[in-house]
Amino acid sequence: MISREDVVHVARLARLALTDAELETIREQLNAILSHIDALRAVDTSGVEPTSHAVPQFNVMREDEPRPCFPVEEMLANAPDRAGDFFRVPRIIEE
Amino acid sequence: MHGTIHELTAAYTRGETTPSRATDEYLARIAKLDDKVGAYLTVTAEPARAAARAADERYRAGRPLGPIDGAPIALKDVFCTKGVRTTCASKILENFVPPYDATVVDRLAKAGAIMLGKTNMDEFAMGSSTEHSALKVTRNPWDLARVPGGSSGGPAAAVAAGLAAGSLGTDTGGSIRQPAAFCGVVGLKPTYGRVSRFGLVAFASSLDHPGPFGLDVLDTSLLLGAIAGRDPLDATSIDAPVPDYAAGLEQGVRGLRLGVPDEYFTKGMDAEVEIAVRAAIDVLKGLGATLERVSLPATPHALATYYVIAPAEASSNLARYDGVKYGLRVPGHDLIDMESKTRAAGFGAEVRRRIMLGTYVLSAGYYDAYYGQAQKVRTLVRRDFDAAFGRVDLIVAPTTPNVPFKHGEKTDPVQMYLNDVFTIPADMAGVPGVSVPCGFTKTGLPIGLQIIGRALDEATVLRAARAYERATDWHTRRPALS
Repeated sequence: MISREDVVHVARLARLALTDAELETIREQLNAILSHIDALRAVDTSGVEPTSHAVPQFNVMREDEPRPCFPVEEMLANAPDRAGDFFRVPRIIEE
Repeated sequence: MHGTIHELTAAYTRGETTPSRATDEYLARIAKLDDKVGAYLTVTAEPARAAARAADERYRAGRPLGPIDGAPIALKDVFCTKGVRTTCASKILENFVPPYDATVVDRLAKAGAIMLGKTNMDEFAMGSSTEHSALKVTRNPWDLARVPGGSSGGPAAAVAAGLAAGSLGTDTGGSIRQPAAFCGVVGLKPTYGRVSRFGLVAFASSLDHPGPFGLDVLDTSLLLGAIAGRDPLDATSIDAPVPDYAAGLEQGVRGLRLGVPDEYFTKGMDAEVEIAVRAAIDVLKGLGATLERVSLPATPHALATYYVIAPAEASSNLARYDGVKYGLRVPGHDLIDMESKTRAAGFGAEVRRRIMLGTYVLSAGYYDAYYGQAQKVRTLVRRDFDAAFGRVDLIVAPTTPNVPFKHGEKTDPVQMYLNDVFTIPADMAGVPGVSVPCGFTKTGLPIGLQIIGRALDEATVLRAARAYERATDWHTRRPALS
């Protein structure tokens, strides 16, 4: 069972600012979903290789040549906040 | 009006109508009916008219670009469209205007298709009813009280309602085939890597499959032919020649071996679905196919496997929505506070739930028990298909265990997830599958037959679907909308 502390921890890892009521609802729903998923643990997978992609591809290469990039203005056009040619974010380094 | 792409383009060639006239007719129909259906999030009338005028010129000169030139189509709002808002039906992307086109969008445009607009979906393609859209309600054209399925509910409903001649969606756990079944249209999930994912807003990258919807199998084949093939911008796209899917469609099913999987006829399924699908399989037998019982024993574990792998990949993919580069930003006192408030405000309940689930199964101490184990069970699902396709050419089964349900009927997440039990395995194995209309319930709700084939063998899947379609008339029925 997922505890209250687990949900708070996971919400922090996932960067989701949830209210107490939302955390409780999600805790209950995750427990319900995980009770179904837990059946997987009983499946015998000894000696079975994991699948990460259904159609495996290896070492897909291309020529290492310079190519045009998107213009800075186009890339910044959707930015919530900018300063010159940069994305602006809230301060992360203490003064 | 409300006919197929191939009928429409044949009429262009004969000079009976023009792409401009057809586009205007579709736009008028959208204006008249889409308040009821709710398929579209954005209608791009002016660019559509401009593209139609260019197509007019090509037909006038006797030089159309190909079989879908001038076809008015709709796109699920998960495909990036340059200069046209792409929302993923999420508040976090509500005002996002991409600086480039997805490869499939570019390819459709180069084939002459005319984009009428962007259609609704479950937010970030997470859902089976389109009820998780943060922006709009989409209704099933056959019964407006019911859901169109999902997550590609908008593109499926648009085609069913005659609000587009064809459309593109994506299928991660059934999101093309299930709404195709619910809306009574044809929907194809190609082989993983057959169609480029570049410019598709990512949900679960190892499972996301773009693919077409059509009113019949030929239209679906023509759309697939236009979008399939290697793309240097998607390293997982397969470098294999693209056959002419329309060319072999009429070869019939005589001599094909069809596998009927025990695990796809389950106790809880709707009785009318089972009857219709078994009758459809008998039709194929009557056309000369041979039937064989097959077993896909890992099927009962596929749903749980999916609900580990897909949320895990989603939690990683959706980390990019951080209020910095694009999309919504909610102010905060520092970076983490800003990100956390932005994401809580921007993502709806289902998306948050899956991010939380995915983050949990990937977190320290649980990774091997959940994610590692799920990847191994995924191998078992793949092996089931490999073994079955050693004996049979195709697998035939229901697309869904049930018929379209009412809006608000399924409030429990697990009940919603159970919709996808018959579609998820093909996503996990990456093999192609189509849903074709195979009947209606007594109350007039569509039912879908699913045909699954070997990797890269869309041609045989489509050929069998076409043989079934030729022998029946389900695909010619249209919902009464006015």
